[in-house]
Amino acid sequence: MVVIGVDIGSVATKGILISDGVQHKTIFPTGWSPRDASDAVIAQLLHQSGIEGQRVTRIFGTGYGRVAFDQADKTVTEIKCHARGIAELLPEVRTIIDIGGQDSKVIRIGERGQVVDFSMNDKCAAGTGRFLQVMATALGLDVSELGAAEDPAQRLPISSMCTVFAESEIIGLMAKGNPKGGIVAGLHQSVGKRVAAMAKRLGIKEPIAFTGGVAINQGVKRALEEELGAPVMVSEACQYTGALGAALLALENV
Amino acid sequence: MADYQQMWTDLGMDLEKHDVLCEVLPEAFGGVYLTQQNRPKGMDFYDFVVSEIHGVRPAEMIQHQKEGGKVFGTFCVYVPDEVVFAAGGIAAGLCGGSQFWVSGGEKVLPANTCPLIKASVGARLDKTCPFFLIPDMYVGETTCDGKKKAWEILAGEVPFHIIDIPQMKRDRDIAAFEAEIKDFIAVVEKVTGNKITAESLGEAIKLINNKRRALQRVYNARKASPVPISGKDALLVTQINFYDDPARAAEMANNLADELEQRINSGSGVFPDNALRIMISGTPMAIPNWKLHHIVESLGAAVVVEESCTGTRYFENLVDESATTLDGQIRALAERYMKTNCACFTPNTARIDDIVRLADEYKVDGIIDTNLQFCNIYSTESYQVKQALTERNQPIMHIETDYSEQDFEQLRTRVEAFLEMLRK
Ligand code: SF4
Ligand code: SF4
Repeated sequence: MVVIGVDIGSVATKGILISDGVQHKTIFPTGWSPRDASDAVIAQLLHQSGIEGQRVTRIFGTGYGRVAFDQADKTVTEIKCHARGIAELLPEVRTIIDIGGQDSKVIRIGERGQVVDFSMNDKCAAGTGRFLQVMATALGLDVSELGAAEDPAQRLPISSMCTVFAESEIIGLMAKGNPKGGIVAGLHQSVGKRVAAMAKRLGIKEPIAFTGGVAINQGVKRALEEELGAPVMVSEACQYTGALGAALLALENV
Repeated sequence: MADYQQMWTDLGMDLEKHDVLCEVLPEAFGGVYLTQQNRPKGMDFYDFVVSEIHGVRPAEMIQHQKEGGKVFGTFCVYVPDEVVFAAGGIAAGLCGGSQFWVSGGEKVLPANTCPLIKASVGARLDKTCPFFLIPDMYVGETTCDGKKKAWEILAGEVPFHIIDIPQMKRDRDIAAFEAEIKDFIAVVEKVTGNKITAESLGEAIKLINNKRRALQRVYNARKASPVPISGKDALLVTQINFYDDPARAAEMANNLADELEQRINSGSGVFPDNALRIMISGTPMAIPNWKLHHIVESLGAAVVVEESCTGTRYFENLVDESATTLDGQIRALAERYMKTNCACFTPNTARIDDIVRLADEYKVDGIIDTNLQFCNIYSTESYQVKQALTERNQPIMHIETDYSEQDFEQLRTRVEAFLEMLRK
């Protein structure tokens, strides 16, 4: 059987095709049109695997752009998909911390990869990829450079949780000639603190996995571990967790 | 809509701004309500009221004033409407439920004020809602801090009376509330020029109790599976009951309940009988706030009960009708109102008992405990609500939101994930 899972995030659209146990993956920027991005992802997956479109049994969609995804046979929330994806990648994990472009989530999962409880940030952008994006721009960095740019030894505390205030706070810190690496470490800490507080409120059960686009950032991982007082695991395929979950759910047709 | 331009002009409304509201509301209502399938015929009345929302009832109130009657605007279910009706007045719940009014409130209120307060203040200051301009007097109350301070601003606009609501429920608090009702009676008598007698108060108690009984019937019908009415429709019924004429409100709700009971007998409903059944608990949803209900029900689950002031808190308890003296009636009123469980009281464990009981009575699969953004008391209490329900293995999710559309998609994801979790 051939199935596809597509995770349409606010920043990137990820796809996984599973054909008789073999996985193919790809990633595209979402850009302005979630629909175009998901079409491109599917075309690329078919091209990469050399499989014809008619052979695909089911396509499941997830992520914030799933509503616009008309090729999907079914859409599932990213919460359920992350839980299913992690159960495959790191089966021992009981808590997932997912930080994506627009939101952050904490998901507690049971032994069969089922969602037991979850929480998600409210309206505000603090503690999300969006927060880091705005701060990176203010620092004249690309968001992908943040992880390597931090210098925890010189860490400066960023007290504002609100994106708007934090932005002016770091502009002020830069104007005073503070080292960029210290500011970046402070930003990572602020995200870690915010998300760890949400996780503690929900209740954490170890082991903990860190997923989503922001999980690539080593600095946020470090800050999260410090704030949680526990190690967090990052799978190599962390960005693909949701797409993998969607593909597996498509395979199981649930 | 009939032509109410003259009436609005006479009220001193900002017609240009008001036109904007009149344009968006029908579309919003159409999208949320008229797209539903198999709605009860009894909803026609409520659809009509919405289609003439700033016309038909305001015109009745103004007519009442022309005949020498008085109108009182209220903001909380602890204000005893009975007193107003006993003096031949009209009481109308005013709380603002639209984002449209929020910016008007933000001109004078701090940003971290709940949208209900912002919208209520904005609707008055911007002069875009006839209901806020008609009353001869506003009746405020000492519940949350945001409201208490907002009254001080609104008191510059319109004659104001404030009822001191106790914060605990000891005997002496109930006695204190009794004294507050007596003061309120004196104020209402002065404004209306009518004396309240044991006879008129007794009638008013029956009048309002009958409205409560009718709403109880509608809600009881929602215990059935398949559920005969959507949560959105039931919410609209309650919302309109806040300002409609109480006798007509009871009649319409009774007609609707008749129809719902027939539906139950014939086994017909608006959701399949395996649809997930959801309770929404928390802060009130003033008209036209249908956001959360719309999200839940467009995802295929049914909202079957609201533990809220626009829900069970509004009508669950009746006033004892047996007292024959004013003192006895006032005591009965005080006892009835002090049975309502709002987070402005401490301790408030009885509210948790209510949620547990309702979850059982309405056979709910999950609870969405919600509060308006910046509502400190309900948001704090959500912690204990969650603890108590989790202990009973009752799935529960907390949502904090406001009137804007910004978080619509995000909320939809959260609710959808919650429903997925309930379906297992
Ligand atoms: S939530 Fe409390 S303060 Fe608000 S209307 Fe209800 S009873 Fe009154
Ligand atoms: S929702 Fe909360 S903050 Fe807003 S008026 Fe009601 S009690 Fe006050």
